[in-house]
Parts: sequence; C-alpha cells; structure tokens
Amino acid sequence: MLSGNFCKMSTQRLPLVALIGNPNTGKSTLFNALTGLRQRIGNYPGVTVAKKSGFLVLPGFGRIEIIDLPGMYSLSATSLDERIVLDALCGRLGGVPRPDAIVCVADASNLLRNLFLASQVAELGLPMMLVLNQADIASKHGMEMDTAKISARLGGIPVVAVSAWHGTGLPMLRTGMAELLQKQPCMERLAWHPCVHEALALLRDGLRRGGVAAPIPDVELQRLLFDSAGHLADGVRGHLNENVSLDALVRGARELVRHAGFNPLAAEPLLHYERMRRVLDGAVSVHPPMDTFSKWLDGILLNRVFGTAIFFVAMVIVFASVFHLASFPQGWMEGFFSLAKKHTGVWLKDWPVLQSLVGNGIIDGVGAFLGFLPQILILFFFIALLEGTGYMARAAFLMDKLFSWCGLNGKSFVPMLSGYACSVPSVLSTRTIEDPKARLATIFIIPFMSCSARLPVYSLMISAFLVPQIGSVGGTLVLVGMYFVGLFVALPLAWLLTRHVLKVGRQPFLLVLPRYQTPKARDVLWSIWQAGLEFVKRAGTIIFAITVIVWALLYFPHNEATTQRARSEFVAEQAALSGQTPAQVEAAIEASALGQEPGPLSVALEGRVEAAHIEDSYLGRFGRFVQPIFAPAGFDWKITVGILASFPAREVIVSTLSTTYSLGGDAGADSGTLHSAMSKSTWADGARAGRPIFTIPVVLGIMFFFALCSQCGATLSVIVREAGLRWAVASFLCMSFLAWLAAVFCFQIGSLFF
Amino acid sequence: MKMTLSKLGIGLDARVVRLEACGPLQQRLLALGLLPGMSVKLVRVAPLGDPIAIEFQNQCVALRKAEADSIEVELLEK
Repeated sequence: MLSGNFCKMSTQRLPLVALIGNPNTGKSTLFNALTGLRQRIGNYPGVTVAKKSGFLVLPGFGRIEIIDLPGMYSLSATSLDERIVLDALCGRLGGVPRPDAIVCVADASNLLRNLFLASQVAELGLPMMLVLNQADIASKHGMEMDTAKISARLGGIPVVAVSAWHGTGLPMLRTGMAELLQKQPCMERLAWHPCVHEALALLRDGLRRGGVAAPIPDVELQRLLFDSAGHLADGVRGHLNENVSLDALVRGARELVRHAGFNPLAAEPLLHYERMRRVLDGAVSVHPPMDTFSKWLDGILLNRVFGTAIFFVAMVIVFASVFHLASFPQGWMEGFFSLAKKHTGVWLKDWPVLQSLVGNGIIDGVGAFLGFLPQILILFFFIALLEGTGYMARAAFLMDKLFSWCGLNGKSFVPMLSGYACSVPSVLSTRTIEDPKARLATIFIIPFMSCSARLPVYSLMISAFLVPQIGSVGGTLVLVGMYFVGLFVALPLAWLLTRHVLKVGRQPFLLVLPRYQTPKARDVLWSIWQAGLEFVKRAGTIIFAITVIVWALLYFPHNEATTQRARSEFVAEQAALSGQTPAQVEAAIEASALGQEPGPLSVALEGRVEAAHIEDSYLGRFGRFVQPIFAPAGFDWKITVGILASFPAREVIVSTLSTTYSLGGDAGADSGTLHSAMSKSTWADGARAGRPIFTIPVVLGIMFFFALCSQCGATLSVIVREAGLRWAVASFLCMSFLAWLAAVFCFQIGSLFF
Repeated sequence: MKMTLSKLGIGLDARVVRLEACGPLQQRLLALGLLPGMSVKLVRVAPLGDPIAIEFQNQCVALRKAEADSIEVELLEK
C-alpha cells in the first residue's frame, strides 16, 4: 500500500524525507550541509515553530524534499515543538504531507539515548534510516562502531556514520537515502510484551465503539497508553461520544499493563532502552567517557565566582553590541533616508500630498522597520553563538533561580536583557524558551524593559525640566531609576500571568547541558539571515502599514482654510510684535522665503502652519476629543496628540511635540528652543489656566507613561507573529492601561507636593 | 541509605530507586535514560542554590530542586 501511495505521490510532488533526532546532535548542520542554500523557511500553520525544508538531488534517484523537524528526546509530546514532530510524522499537520521516509540523526557519542527516539519512531512503520553523526568525535574517544551489525539488528535499514561538521560521509548518506526511498526498509519494531498488545487492542476497540470513526495508528494509541500528559488525548476526546470516558478507557488499558507487572507510565522507555542496549551490545566497542573537556569547562563556567563573572561579562558584551554596535548602521540608514526624503521632497514639491506621503509616510515607514534590522542581526548572531556553543543552557542554569519564582526560567534572561536595547529582536529570540508558559510570559513582559527608543523621551524630559530643578546628579539618578520601572512592574506581572492567567500546561524545567561545540560559521550566518529575512517579510509590512496609517491620520484633512488661518494669525502676531503693518510682515515673509536657505521668518511660519494642520488633523481632533482621559494625568491636548502619534514608535513624541509647539519637526531632544517653548507653555483655560503645563508631576507622569506604554508597532507586530493576535491585543491594552494608571498616580500624588 | 535526589551531596553517586509518581518530569527523565537502578551523580549546584546538575548515562542534565524532590535515590557506598 505504501509503495502504491508513493508512486501516486511522486507524480504530484517530490518525495518528502523528514529529518528527526535529539537536540544538539548536529541535525541542523547536517540539514544545511545536505541542502546547501536550497532551503525554504516558513512556519507551521497556526504556530510559531519555524518550518525548515529544503531540496536535494540524490544520486540515482532524483530530486527530493527534506524537512528538518525540531529536535526532541521522546515522542511523548508535551512541548509545542514535540507536538509538531508527532503531528508531522502522523501526517496530521496541515500543509505538510506525511513524510515518505524518515532519516533519524543520532549523536554517536550518546547512542543509547538517541536510539531510544529511533526505536519509538519505528512504531510509525515508515521507511527509516539511521545517521550516526559526530562519528569523528566518537572515534577520537576510541569508540568503534560496526554499522553493518547495527543495521542488521535493526532490520536491515541503512546505517551510515557521518560528520556533518566536517562534511565527511555525506556521499554515503545520499546513497543511503536513495536506497531508503527505493527499497523502503522499515526499522524492526520492538517486540512488545503481550500485555501491551492487549492494552492497545482494548483502546482501539473502545475508541471505535466510542464513535471515533478513523482507525487510530498504533503509535498514537501508544501515546495514549504510555504518556501521563499527552496532547493526543485532547484531540481524541473531541471525537468521542459524550457517554464514553477516555480516562476510564485509558485506565483500563493501563491496568492490563500493570497486571503483567509493569508500571504503565515507565514501561515504554524501559523496554525501548533494554532493546537498544541489546542492539548496541557488541556493535559498539566502548561507550566513550563523558567529554572531559566539557566537564573541565563547566568547572569554570558554572563556578560560583568565575562562572557568574564570565556570564556577566558575556551579557555586557551582548547588550553593548545590540545597543551601540547597531547604532552605526542605524545612523547610516537614517542619513540615507533623510537624504532620500530631501531629494524626493524637492522633486515632489508641486504635489504636497504626495510629497508628505512619500517623505513622512513611505520613506519613514520603510525606515521604521529597516531600522530594526541591525539590532535583530546582531542579537541573533549572539544567540546563534550562545546556542551553537552550548553556553545558552549554562546561562539558563546560572540564572534560573532569579526567575523561577515568577514562573519564568533561566532562558528568559537573554531575551529580557536584550529587551533593554530593543523589544523586537528580543521577542523573536524567545523561541529558545521551550516551556510554552514561560515563553508567553516572557514575550508579555519584554516590552516593559526600557528599550533604547525610550531614551530620547527620558532625556528630553529630564534635561528640560528636572535638571534645572534637581541638578544633574538628581537627573542622572532619575534616568537610572527609569530603567528599573519596567522591570519592577513586569516581574510581578509575570508571576500573576503564570500563576493565575495562563492556562497553558506547565512543563518541568529540565535542561540538558550539551557538549561544548564550535559552531559552524555557515550555520551561524544562515540563522542570522533567516531571522532578518523573516522579520522583514512578516513584521515589515505591518510596521510599514501602521506608519502610513498614522501619517494619513496626522496629515488629513489638510484644509487650505487651516493654512490661511494659521498664516493670518501668524502675520497678525508678528505685526503686533514688531509694530509693522500686516502688509509689511507679508513682504518680509516673502523675502525670507526667496533666499537659497529659507529665513527664520518663513521657517517659523511653516512650523506654525504645520502645527495648525496637526491640530486640525483627524488624529489631532481625536486627541482633543480624548484629552479628558488624560486630564487626570495633567496632560494637555498637545501631549495627548503626541502620545497618540507615537503609538507606532515612541521616539516620534519628540518630533511631534516640537511640531505642535511650532518649532518645525526637526528639533531634537537636546534642542534648547524646544525646552524653552515647552517650559513656557501654560494652560489656556480650565481650572489651571495660566499655570505651566510641564510641572514636575506631569513630567514624571510622561516619563512613567512612556516607560510602561505599548508604543511600538514593530513590537506588537512581532508579538502577533510569535504569540498570536490575542496576545498582542492583551499586551497593548495591559501596557497602555498601566501606563495611564502610573501617569495619573504620578500627577495626583505629585500635585500634593508640588 | 534512601533519600531524594535533591538531598544528595555534591559529588556523590547514587542509584535511582524507583519512580513512584510518573508525571511529566519523570517521563522526561526516563526518556533521557534515567531508569530505575541506574547510577546518578549530583555534580553541581547553581551559584544561586538552585537548580542542580546531575550526571547519568554520559550526560549532564539540570533540574530544579523542587522537582528533583520527587525522585528517590539510594546512596552508593564507595
């Protein structure tokens, strides 16, 4: 039946081979070596596990597709990755056909554990071959492997020894794969004790009688029987009649196993391990001793003093690189984009709508997401390095205690730290956290870390308002304090989430500390390239769209009447100031606009007109409409519009404020004119009429607001990617509400003292 | 002498007695090859006191003390 299927499929699609194996066996290195760059990166439908597939040509067979499934130790699926593997192998994954054959990659220096998975997978009854990877390391330790003997004992499946790192043995592997697809040898299944067969038959009958129409393959029945918490049960339960209890059925089946003298929840690994021990007996000369180099290095890197010190140095290097190194390419890009803006501005000056759309919408939009690329590439370089060397697991080991109390784990540390540079790559990097609960909670709290885009806001507020009042030392202290605000809110929030909100099953924290390895440059570069490409493809469009939408809301309706009104107001004001007639002022403006570089008068007018248009724009109108919401925080409508306009990217607040305070959009955070314009501004009406807007409580409130608020379209779009729309919405609402609450709190309490 | 894995001193060898409760943690350890009767050694405690690192079957695995409490071992006399 299989070969019939296979012939039919081969006319429609390429034969599909699945690569499976334990983590850290060099499976991905092997995949890269086999496919070269003929890879396709995507996602499994509905989940965020990266799907890697590629193509290769087998000698004497032809072109095939190969899929690199996530690494796993056992088929008993608890984590998302493991479910994907099980579903893919059973052909239950949408968009991925059932593989035609399986290539199981095993680490030669820990064969027994690796063969356990192979033995489990053999129950699928699919054609299979075995690749003993890292054979060079094993033979260095004096281990000899008789691949022919192993092959014979496993039912004649192809068994080849390779070194993916050095690329040796690959021709043999390709030949073996061709043989695998042609002859379709299956690995011999475990000779189960009769009680297991009885238990499986009981389950099969019970399910059929319970209304499950489709026959369930043995491998899935085994998962129901042996796993204490499997995800299959949930799927099956949905198909059962209401009066049939799956739990009772499974309990009955387990009773049969128990009756024969086995612990049903431990029998499976015991039997598989026993079998594989027999398979390896005499086929492998010596079991290599535990890698002494790794042991020695662990003695240093996990040492109480040195290990902790080295860890912090490593993290400082990672953080400083993401924070500072990225600023160079970002600076070049900014230069390039402002140049592009200037030139297109000149070309399009006769079509003001188009000019603004291209300059402030499209170019800013492209810049908005490309600006994140350097940080993403740099962070992923370090992540690939940390993972590839095996240090990531050690870092998690060192840091776990700090985070375990609030439901996170040691692997949350690197994403959280890099969150201080930028949330976008950090959210993407949470894929290294296996526990789904800890991963979701980490994604949720990363945006609270004070990213580099908050710095311009802090520095504007502190230098303009706090330093004059509390001195530069006090200002610095406040700045340092701002970096902790997010963390102090985030950790209790994580505790709350993992304890009371998240309904995702908790996974035990079990961390295999792999052998230290030298990562291959090709693998590192390839993973950086993939991270960058995926970000641009998936998040880029959303960030671009948000930027253009907010541009439109800030630009339209752009009435001519507004321009005229702002102009006549400006002229009248200038006339009153200088004692000239309005006509004289008009003439002076004309003269000022004529020169090579526009004079101060025409620049001031331009700023005034721009501010009037912002005030009249849809976003401006909306800002004034919702200003009452921000009134308890002491924010006026200009701050409110600034906040609304900076939802796509928080650093925009500085330029929006400088525009609304009529200075033109180019004033920077350190601009003295913006400082004085803001400190001079007073309430026009209401209870506080005539009093300054930017008092200490308001300034602190703004800073707290920006520390906590979810003002980053890019982050939200990667949260959509990594956790789903629901989580992005929850994150947005939660952060914005907390930000508002903090600002109100600041203003209300602060106003009692100032 | 019987005790739980988390109470084992650093550097001491022990033998896994049995896995009474077989929850997800035990099943994962079983999959890694920590079978009853197998010898296991506590090699290291993290600088902050938790988790611990154990060695069995040529590999090093870290787990939290609270979870290691559910694994009963028997100290091996040297």
